[in-house]
Amino acid sequence: MNIESRLAQIGSVSEPTTGAVSFPVYQSTAFRHPRLGESTGFDYARTKSPTRSVLEDAIADLESGDAGFACSSGMAALQTVFTLFSQGDHLIVSLDLYGGTYRLLEQIMSRFGVSASYVDTNDVEALEEAYRPNTKAILIETPTNPLMMVTDLKLVCGWAKSKQLLSIVDNTLLTPYLQRPIELGADIVIHSASKYLGGHNDVLAGLIVTKGQELSEKMAFLHNSIGAVLGPQDSWLLMRGMKTLALRMERHEHNATTIARYLQWHPLVTDVYYPALESHPGYAIQNRQSSGNTGIFSFKVTDARLVEPILRHVKLIAFAESLGGVESLMTYPAVQTHADIPLEIREKVGVDDRLLRFSVGIEHVDDLITDLAQALELAQAEVEGDNQA
Amino acid sequence: MSTDKKLGTKIIHFGGEIDKTTGASSVPIYQASTFHHFSLDNPPEFDYSRSGNPTRQALEDYITLLEGGARGFAFASGMAAISSAFFLLSSGDHVICTEDVYGGTYRLLTAILTRMNIETTFVDMTDPEKVKAALKPNTKAVFLETPSNPTLKITDVSAICAWAKENGLLTMLDNSFMTPYHQRPIEQGVDIVLHSATKFLSGHSDVLAGLAVVANDSLGRRMKQIQNGLGNVLGPQDSWLLMRGMKTLKVRMEGSEQNARRLAEWLDSHPAVGAVYYPGLPNHPGREIHEKQSSGYGAVVSFDVNGGERARKLLSEVKIPLVAVSLGAVESILSYPAMMSHAAMSREVRLERGITDGLVRYSVGLEDIEDIIADLDAALSHLLG
Repeated sequence: MNIESRLAQIGSVSEPTTGAVSFPVYQSTAFRHPRLGESTGFDYARTKSPTRSVLEDAIADLESGDAGFACSSGMAALQTVFTLFSQGDHLIVSLDLYGGTYRLLEQIMSRFGVSASYVDTNDVEALEEAYRPNTKAILIETPTNPLMMVTDLKLVCGWAKSKQLLSIVDNTLLTPYLQRPIELGADIVIHSASKYLGGHNDVLAGLIVTKGQELSEKMAFLHNSIGAVLGPQDSWLLMRGMKTLALRMERHEHNATTIARYLQWHPLVTDVYYPALESHPGYAIQNRQSSGNTGIFSFKVTDARLVEPILRHVKLIAFAESLGGVESLMTYPAVQTHADIPLEIREKVGVDDRLLRFSVGIEHVDDLITDLAQALELAQAEVEGDNQA
Repeated sequence: MSTDKKLGTKIIHFGGEIDKTTGASSVPIYQASTFHHFSLDNPPEFDYSRSGNPTRQALEDYITLLEGGARGFAFASGMAAISSAFFLLSSGDHVICTEDVYGGTYRLLTAILTRMNIETTFVDMTDPEKVKAALKPNTKAVFLETPSNPTLKITDVSAICAWAKENGLLTMLDNSFMTPYHQRPIEQGVDIVLHSATKFLSGHSDVLAGLAVVANDSLGRRMKQIQNGLGNVLGPQDSWLLMRGMKTLKVRMEGSEQNARRLAEWLDSHPAVGAVYYPGLPNHPGREIHEKQSSGYGAVVSFDVNGGERARKLLSEVKIPLVAVSLGAVESILSYPAMMSHAAMSREVRLERGITDGLVRYSVGLEDIEDIIADLDAALSHLLG
């Protein structure tokens, strides 16, 4: 069945008692055992819960994996995966990385003796250089956030396999609708499902998908033991969001591409980072391994002083953290999402004080361009006013 | 809410009972994952729901007030709260843990944290000397559970905490069985109080949740970093449901305890029953210490029916309690620790800790006690054959 059909039908044929097409929200934490040693398959909600199970089966299917696990946030998904590792283990991680992942590695996992090297994961030579005898896994974001660097998943997962490393891919920005990393060789896919999968900025959630029986069993053990699981109401809301994923992603991509092309020629913009643009260095790889592009892109303005007035003057576009919702949001990575990454790493990657990240919503594209154009114009007037004063 | 009010009043008037904007009598459920910044220079109180959410915040303030701590944290489950507390430690650290600990905590320590090179010594905490004897140069924390699960052993909280403080150790206590209504460990010197709020705090077997309350601001800052970093937070719907449950904490704790005391006394004289574990029984070895540090005995009664076959039979004969894992709900729940809550322990370790094949745990609910006893009497009569 095509992915659009599978998305629309999530949970709709899973409820045998009443035939409800929307799967019920099971708040129950305990489940009666028919008799001692027998179980309905559900014992305690942390271990397995009916509503969460439907979601977990759905994401495993969509990502072409063997098992799915729903967590209380994207970071909880990452934390659950990281507990696979032990003291002395080493990880290779994307250089341009979400700030929360960096913080988890450097402020918490490091205390448990798990270390990380940050490299451009599309550069196999750099990967070889970062590789150590105690390296256990590679964590790839593609495209990265916020600079949209693209990694060739088939190539890099193949390299990881040759070194017996686990490949973990953060697929938050593309979702299985546009990219399925397990089909390209990844062992584990993770999601901040608060973003496109949820799609409405109203659910905090994380998902893990594993390939292979042994890895799936290990992850089930950790998921239950650490207990960072997703509640039933949020599981239900997330599935509700996922039913419209295909439609939303189509519109997000259309809007983002149109606005990126507009900004590319704007006199106040120096760079636009978006793999849908032919000028992007990852354009060819992105086209090969994904069936489309995400709805966020980043751009740099000519002068850092423009940032504050732009954020103040946008009307339709909200100034807020997060991304992937139906409503447009603009973020200032240097002070918001990436504030925990040291300046030297940020500058090496290019997350500087002229960079803005735009999560393009599904509003009418003309309204978004109008809003952006007036904010840029007013910001320019203010900065010029300052120059003259 | 001024802090001089009685707990029963604080439970109802905790500060979150009136929504500031609309006057609504219940905190709204904020599903929002993100919050608009009105200006770059004045970041809003809430910016992203993992870091802070208004509904979750109301709950976190609520439990802080009840436990008399400095700051509270809500997590996706009791195990998420407990694992977060352990994430304050580092490789090379050593923990002294009560040997009669919940199976999930035991699993976390022995199957996961060992790989991070965090070492644990399990000791019988009813004897403070044994705790002291377990001290090593790298000991960083002491983990207490009193009354313990499932054999309801009592640890002298202030004695252990005073010693721990002298030795610079962090103390953590799982207060799920008593709740702050009966026991406020921070007043006894504990640094971090932990809850599986799935149990008595929510009280309806319909929310999976964990809570932590810390005694001071510096621990509060460290715990905040862990909670935000790991992201194992409680969702807004579940935060709301938990607060709704907590509003009836006083009446539920009193009602179920009254039932439990009657049941324990009745079981104690029943010919089919061996040992009965309940701190409210006159013969309970920890009763005096328990009474010093708590205002009630709780609603969990464990008892031994002498052998696995007999336990199996009892579980198949009872009609009122749910045969299930978990506890602390309005409905009675009967569980079999050997195969449920403590299945993560090997049989050998389990037997050493008194979790025999004949031990069952009765979480007494709010049904009429006459019905509970009649049901159990009928089931037990089958064991006598």
